[in-house]
Amino acid sequence: MIDLIYLTILFPLLGFLINGFFGKKIGNEKVIGTIGSAAVGIPFLITVLAFFETLNLPVDQRTNVVELFTWMSVGSLEISFAYLVDQLSLTMSLVVTGVGFLIHVYSIGYMHGDKGYFRFFAYMNLFIFAMMNLVLGDNFLVLFLGWEGVGLCSYLLIGFFYDQKFEKGTVPQAAKKAFIVNRIGDFGFLLGMFLIYQTFDSLNFLEVFSQAKYLTGAEVTFGFIALFLFIGATGKSAQIPLFVWLPDAMAGPTPVSALIHAATMVTAGVYMVARASIIFASAPAIMTVVAVIGLLTAVFAATIGLVQNDIKKVLAYSTVSQLGYMFLAAGVGAFGAAIFHVMTHAFFKALLFLGAGSVIHAMHHQQDITNYGGLKKYMPVTFFTFIIAAFAISGFPGLSGFFSKDEILWFSYANGNFVYWLLGALTAVLTAFYMFRLVSLTFFGEERFSKDKYHPHESPKVMTIPLIILAVLSVIGGWIGIPEVFSGEHGNQFHNWLAPIFHDAELKLAQYGAHSHTEELLLMTISVIAVLGGIFAAFKIYTQKREIAEKVAAKFRGIYTLLWNKYYVDEIYEAAVIQPIQKSSEKILWKIADNKIIDGLVNALARIVDEISGIIKKMQTGVAQFYALVMMGGIAIALFWIILSL
Amino acid sequence: MSSIPMELYLLISAFMFSVGVAGVLIRRNAIVVFMCVELMLNSANLALITFSSYLGDPAGQVFVFFVMTVAAAEAAVGLAIIIAIFRNKQTVNIDEINIFKW
Repeated sequence: MIDLIYLTILFPLLGFLINGFFGKKIGNEKVIGTIGSAAVGIPFLITVLAFFETLNLPVDQRTNVVELFTWMSVGSLEISFAYLVDQLSLTMSLVVTGVGFLIHVYSIGYMHGDKGYFRFFAYMNLFIFAMMNLVLGDNFLVLFLGWEGVGLCSYLLIGFFYDQKFEKGTVPQAAKKAFIVNRIGDFGFLLGMFLIYQTFDSLNFLEVFSQAKYLTGAEVTFGFIALFLFIGATGKSAQIPLFVWLPDAMAGPTPVSALIHAATMVTAGVYMVARASIIFASAPAIMTVVAVIGLLTAVFAATIGLVQNDIKKVLAYSTVSQLGYMFLAAGVGAFGAAIFHVMTHAFFKALLFLGAGSVIHAMHHQQDITNYGGLKKYMPVTFFTFIIAAFAISGFPGLSGFFSKDEILWFSYANGNFVYWLLGALTAVLTAFYMFRLVSLTFFGEERFSKDKYHPHESPKVMTIPLIILAVLSVIGGWIGIPEVFSGEHGNQFHNWLAPIFHDAELKLAQYGAHSHTEELLLMTISVIAVLGGIFAAFKIYTQKREIAEKVAAKFRGIYTLLWNKYYVDEIYEAAVIQPIQKSSEKILWKIADNKIIDGLVNALARIVDEISGIIKKMQTGVAQFYALVMMGGIAIALFWIILSL
Repeated sequence: MSSIPMELYLLISAFMFSVGVAGVLIRRNAIVVFMCVELMLNSANLALITFSSYLGDPAGQVFVFFVMTVAAAEAAVGLAIIIAIFRNKQTVNIDEINIFKW
């Protein structure tokens, strides 16, 4: 099955082609949905088989390259279109196809009746195609192909409702914002790739990394490569300073938010950092940058999430915050923990988004949680699965989020310092608080919607079954990575599985101080108690004593307004980046460079021709005999010339 | 015939050519100008035949036949143009035909 791994990429492409070209003719929603889902479901099965096949191989043979063809060969540059099947790419593929398949199935119900039904599934399949290229590519260029592909699909799907309004602008504006901000990051990624090629004379992962392992004394080069790659990651994975596109990406259909902007695409940056772990490990300064940016993003986005009222907005900021966690983990050298959180986050965040979609579906596209309330009894399955996901993301002991988040927190202390841990734990509390604010306002309390207008109802089975499966995964998904403090020496299965990938990077870091398990348990207990406190507080306040929240908001009006307006980041960018560019484009590039210089040159040329012809046109008297006279004179001169030169 | 020197023929040819040139440059009547052009052509023909005959190369005489053929065609076209101009402008005075002037 490993040799057939290219099928996992081929099937989504086929699905895209069929639905994209013939979807309108097929017309039948069931057929389109089935094709779209099968195009992701079959690759999932193949990936599972490939996974077990790899699992049966000895540890040192688990890295396999499936070479398809030579993509380009220019001078010393040889790029083959090949896929790298190893522990890391298989883990990511399982998440992408598995969660992707569930979301596709869910979409069959959610997108019911939409005029762009086939277009939706075509784009979704194209996305899976690009994403699989991204995670399976065996060199930076194939990865970049997927990287740009997912960016394109993200743009297409955010702008899916292209004729609708979104907040202050329109849906296409939100889509463009996502694309352009991503492009800024991609530019960094490209620079990183150029630098890699210049340094290692190759773009192939295995070759670059094996060279990087032995290359010493090139810390500056490594630093720049890592920095550029990380800039790429901040764009794709919505980190400070390029996170602004993700909240706006919520303009897309909810399954898109679940698939692209929660479970898969936004984790591409984390994947890339983990893939290039040896390069990052060789640049300790950039590792610190990664950790600090991740940590700041985590806290920053979590605080914004506290006050937002749009159900998808809260989840969007939550995603930004959780991605920050992953970068924190990568930044302190715990790449395995970062990937672990990518996986568990995919489960519970996809579930949260799909649950939110189910609610939005039931409430006729009303997204303001202050207009919900008491939905528990109308949609029990959605409620039950949603609350499991909320517990999981908050890190309730035993659920998937607990293990991954706890691992990150522990490493941020063990490999980092106490401040990392403290801010990380604070984020965990904030996360618990805003998640349960969301849960309480949506499912508990009095019903704040008018019953004549809204008739909330449970979603159809095709939507609820994916929710249930994801809920199960959100519970048990973390059990493969139970920390050693509970499972004994080398008991963390997930870590053992990924260990060969990060072995070199961890050797290079080699800075882990010894920490006792007591310390780990103590910190874990503190964070768990704090999180439970956060859950309880949010639940208490938002189901029974909402006036407390209002009082707090009134008391800290300044802070509240600041959070409500998302720290004015959009406004700051508008004033600091967009306006200057627009103004300078208008005043300098348009009015001066274009109008004066370029147009001026062209006009001057025309003027010169005009002036000269103004002088010589006088010769055109219109008298034929004058012309004949001139001709005669010319012939006479020519004759004398010839005769004299004889 | 061989007693007449070649220079004489050439002088006549040059004289005819000069008359033609003077006519083209000086006369204002389009038809006269046209006839002067023909005169120039024929003076050239005379020179060609002279050389052909004195140098014993028939190519010059063959060449003249071609010139005469072209001249006949040219005369037809030229006269047709003059008639067309006359119908438009009621004159064949080339001083008044200056529509190409800037």
